[in-house]
Amino acid sequence: MTGTLAAIGAGLAVIGAGIGIGNIGSSAMEAIARQPEAVGDIRANMILTAALIEGAAVIAIILSFVL
Amino acid sequence: MGKFSFLTAIFLLVFSLTYAQHNHDHDHSGHDHSGHDHSGHDHSGHDHGKKERKVLKRNSKKLQEQRAAQSGHNHAGHDHTGHDHGHGHTNACGLAGDDHSTFNPGKVAFHHISDQNIFSIGPFSLPLPCIVKDPNGWHFFSSGKFKADAHGNSHYAYKGYVLYEGSLRRVKDASFPKEKVELHHGDITSQLENVDGIPKPADVVSVCYQNKAYKAENKSTFDGGMFGGRMTGFYDFSITKNVASMFIVFAILAFILLRTAKSYKTRQGKAPSGVQSLIEPIFVFMQDEVCKPFLGHAWEKFTPFLMSLFFFILGLNLFGQVPFFGGSNVTGNLSFTMVLALIATIVVFFNGNADYWKHIFWMPGLPAWVKVIITPVEIVGNFILKPATLMLRLFGNMAAGHIVIVIFIGLIFLFGKNGANTMGAAGASVASVLLSLFMMALELLVAFIQAFVFTILTASYIGAATEEHHAH
Repeated sequence: MTGTLAAIGAGLAVIGAGIGIGNIGSSAMEAIARQPEAVGDIRANMILTAALIEGAAVIAIILSFVL
Repeated sequence: MGKFSFLTAIFLLVFSLTYAQHNHDHDHSGHDHSGHDHSGHDHSGHDHGKKERKVLKRNSKKLQEQRAAQSGHNHAGHDHTGHDHGHGHTNACGLAGDDHSTFNPGKVAFHHISDQNIFSIGPFSLPLPCIVKDPNGWHFFSSGKFKADAHGNSHYAYKGYVLYEGSLRRVKDASFPKEKVELHHGDITSQLENVDGIPKPADVVSVCYQNKAYKAENKSTFDGGMFGGRMTGFYDFSITKNVASMFIVFAILAFILLRTAKSYKTRQGKAPSGVQSLIEPIFVFMQDEVCKPFLGHAWEKFTPFLMSLFFFILGLNLFGQVPFFGGSNVTGNLSFTMVLALIATIVVFFNGNADYWKHIFWMPGLPAWVKVIITPVEIVGNFILKPATLMLRLFGNMAAGHIVIVIFIGLIFLFGKNGANTMGAAGASVASVLLSLFMMALELLVAFIQAFVFTILTASYIGAATEEHHAH
């Protein structure tokens, strides 16, 4: 049972990450469409923010393994 | 001169702190089946416990007798189709060994991301030096003394130490012989037991010698047992696989980066060529995107530290991706990332100006009652959360990537039922290879991204600590 709960917990965490990163991606696309010359800056910031959100999701996944 | 000594200081600090700590990974009795050939294993002559294998080999008559005597011994109810060993041999102490018949992906995955005292290159294992301090004093020996088998379980016990699945364990009992003694297959086992202070039953390794089961201590740790390590009686300063990988990556990086620096001096004014063309885009990218924007006026002071951090993490991430060469997992190791996060935090604290500390403890520009609420939040955030997230983000990303790849490769064993079903294994290997290729490509991307994110966050924290006063 604990194994299933861990899997459910990890899945829930990934939902949050998915929504967050989807938001970042969409706003990044919009920003690039508005100002194509800023592609480099926008891409770097998008990857950075995505990694931060992924960090939270990965922490949740690792905790669901541990506990 | 200044930059070089800074670099060496950072590297030495990382090595010395990681030396004293050991990994906190879960100690599951994982099983590596990659080298272990079960086909053609004959059970009728398989001795259990004390019956010397040497005696059996020399004397075939005795072999016949023992075969007859053993027909009912410990094999009742065991299914021997194919190579199935049944539910674990029980050794002379009555402790069941690991079950070889089913593949346990979780345990194998955790075993592969754990630190070991052997450096395995393909099918060969390179023994690494063991440096331990226990109540009897300091010991220096090579892990080759243990003559570990394919699973990493040692064939000999030396000075009261055994090798269980590649990592050093010490037998608690002082009555265990201190000289080199021979053990038999299945003498080192691990059982799930309830240990004081740990909520879940933990794996406890036992060594069976002369019909007596001796409990072995867990791997030496510095954390006092937070992650199942448990305080042990010996301090392990061995050159383990992770430490050896760090040395290798350090050597590679030093070679590349020093050559780049030298060629900049000798080719001043000329276009970059050779290794400069490799390093320059990365270096200039990091300098322009990370160091200058975040550090402001003091960017030159911290650039060496941030660059060392970036290249070291990147090098270790990529080194962990190389298959068969050790399969090292340094950045996916909680103690290593903890040391990195601690170093970053120490750098931030030592360079924080009065403004920074004031912002944490008594943030200006807010009404007093809000400040009282904000202060504990800031303290927890700066002292605990920021280092913890730095540590866990890098650890989680790299460890999860390694676990997934090991599990994808383990699909072959799972579908092949550990060798019983060749067609299943063949089918699964097609899918497994494709999945593993995809995961490894993704892991290359993640390696760069995680090194970049760690560096940029450290730069942002340092920048916040050294920011000049601006009016609120």
